[in-house]
Amino acid sequence: MTDRAFCVVRAGALTTVQDLGRAGHAHLGVPRAGALDEPAHRLANRLVGNPETSATLETTLTGCAVRVRADTVAAVTGAPCPVTVDGRPAPWGAPVRVPAGAVLDAGPATAGLRSYLAFAGGVDAEPVLGSRAADLLSGLGPAPLSDGGVLPLGTPYGPPASVDAVPRSGLPVAELVLPCVLGPRDDWFTEAGLRTLATGRFRVSSASNRIGLRTEGPALERRKDGELPSEGMPLGALQVPPNGLPVLFLNDHPTTGGYPVVGVVPERFLAAAAQAAPGTPVRFVPRRSRASG
Amino acid sequence: MSTRTPGGRAPAGRSPLPLRPLPVGDHGLLVELEDAAAVEAFHAELLRRAAAGTLPAVREIVPAARTVLLDGLADPGRLAAELPGWDIPPATAGDRPAVEIPVRYDGPDLADVAALWDTTPEDVVRIHSGTEFHVAFCGFAPGFGYLTGLPERHHVPRRATPRTKVPVGSVALAGPYTGVYPRSSPGGWQLIGTSDVDLWDPDRDPAALFSPGTRVRFIPVSTESQEA
Repeated sequence: MTDRAFCVVRAGALTTVQDLGRAGHAHLGVPRAGALDEPAHRLANRLVGNPETSATLETTLTGCAVRVRADTVAAVTGAPCPVTVDGRPAPWGAPVRVPAGAVLDAGPATAGLRSYLAFAGGVDAEPVLGSRAADLLSGLGPAPLSDGGVLPLGTPYGPPASVDAVPRSGLPVAELVLPCVLGPRDDWFTEAGLRTLATGRFRVSSASNRIGLRTEGPALERRKDGELPSEGMPLGALQVPPNGLPVLFLNDHPTTGGYPVVGVVPERFLAAAAQAAPGTPVRFVPRRSRASG
Repeated sequence: MSTRTPGGRAPAGRSPLPLRPLPVGDHGLLVELEDAAAVEAFHAELLRRAAAGTLPAVREIVPAARTVLLDGLADPGRLAAELPGWDIPPATAGDRPAVEIPVRYDGPDLADVAALWDTTPEDVVRIHSGTEFHVAFCGFAPGFGYLTGLPERHHVPRRATPRTKVPVGSVALAGPYTGVYPRSSPGGWQLIGTSDVDLWDPDRDPAALFSPGTRVRFIPVSTESQEA
């Protein structure tokens, strides 16, 4: 058999196969999915010579370990963590040679939540609608990794690119600052409610996941009660359920929903949100849309 | 807000469709319309323009109950300014034949729905299977369509206590909608029947049996004939 594959030695708390996701199917109820810290995913791929569309592994907090069945080159990015090959320390954020039979271990995150493991050739899981991303809301794509599982690797694209500086994107921060563009349903909230959004001291809730970053803090006061007819929800939507606490929709969010969206966080700020551990202070910085003049 | 075309002239024989574009981030628009029929007409117009290459590049077009979301636009402000001038014909039923969904009307809430409709379970079957539905929008799960078509007197509330597990294939009612559960999940809809139809198959093209605008008919089948 071909040995371009790896066996999962330690799956960790939650490790999934991710790529850039499956955009363009929201009207069928298909979430975007894809790497939550997209810059870290792209970087990991570049470090091993893959196109940025190749699939990587996204870990959560505790990392993961895999035994490769063929010589390969791997790289770990995203949340900083100790990296070892057969127990010997290896660099984080750089290409690492992993000989056949060796165990690559990405340890627990020393800051942030999600590390990315790229392998030359990419994780060759079965694509669904053009993407290998695991979608935890709707169950599309490969299941989360489990101990003993085996996943195939693709054919390497060529020698890894030479790298002399690694941008440190999406690294965890002491305070998560999230600019957000008000609307489309900011009129469902009172002036006081919008002031609470701008000035309130929020924290990342431990109930956060790939669907949404939940917050704890002061409730946003609503002007309108009742239900909103279901409507399209973009990535980065700040949806406010009846408890008044904003939920920031991440990649596995539902494509339509019935709670008002007070504002939308631009996509370039979502990588930082994906790395914010429970308890991290959150500050929202609302502004009006450029489109509304 | 004004729905007149620039210069105040409406296109001959048709009033412009009242609509309200709302900003969604820096690259999106949520276009609010008057009712489901207007959503359908506007959505059809977007698809026509996309096919003709006259719609600006957009990542997602998501019709819903009263709105259409356009996401991933380079200049949403420009499109928002253009929209009131569009001449949008009413939606037509389309040429595609209706998708037929065989149903065993054996749901645990059939009698409750009959009581809410002030009629018999037999009549619920007759009315539901005699209605032509169409998919107003999708969401909740891949392959789940929100189907409209029942008259308002047959709209029903969700159950007071949602079920923790609704079996896959359940044919259900809630508010103005009928739906079929593409997989087992929690849910509060009133269950009137079961179908074996495969609503979602990623290996099939198209993967989803229901997409916005699809016409749907439910065909009653006897519970005996379906027992394997």
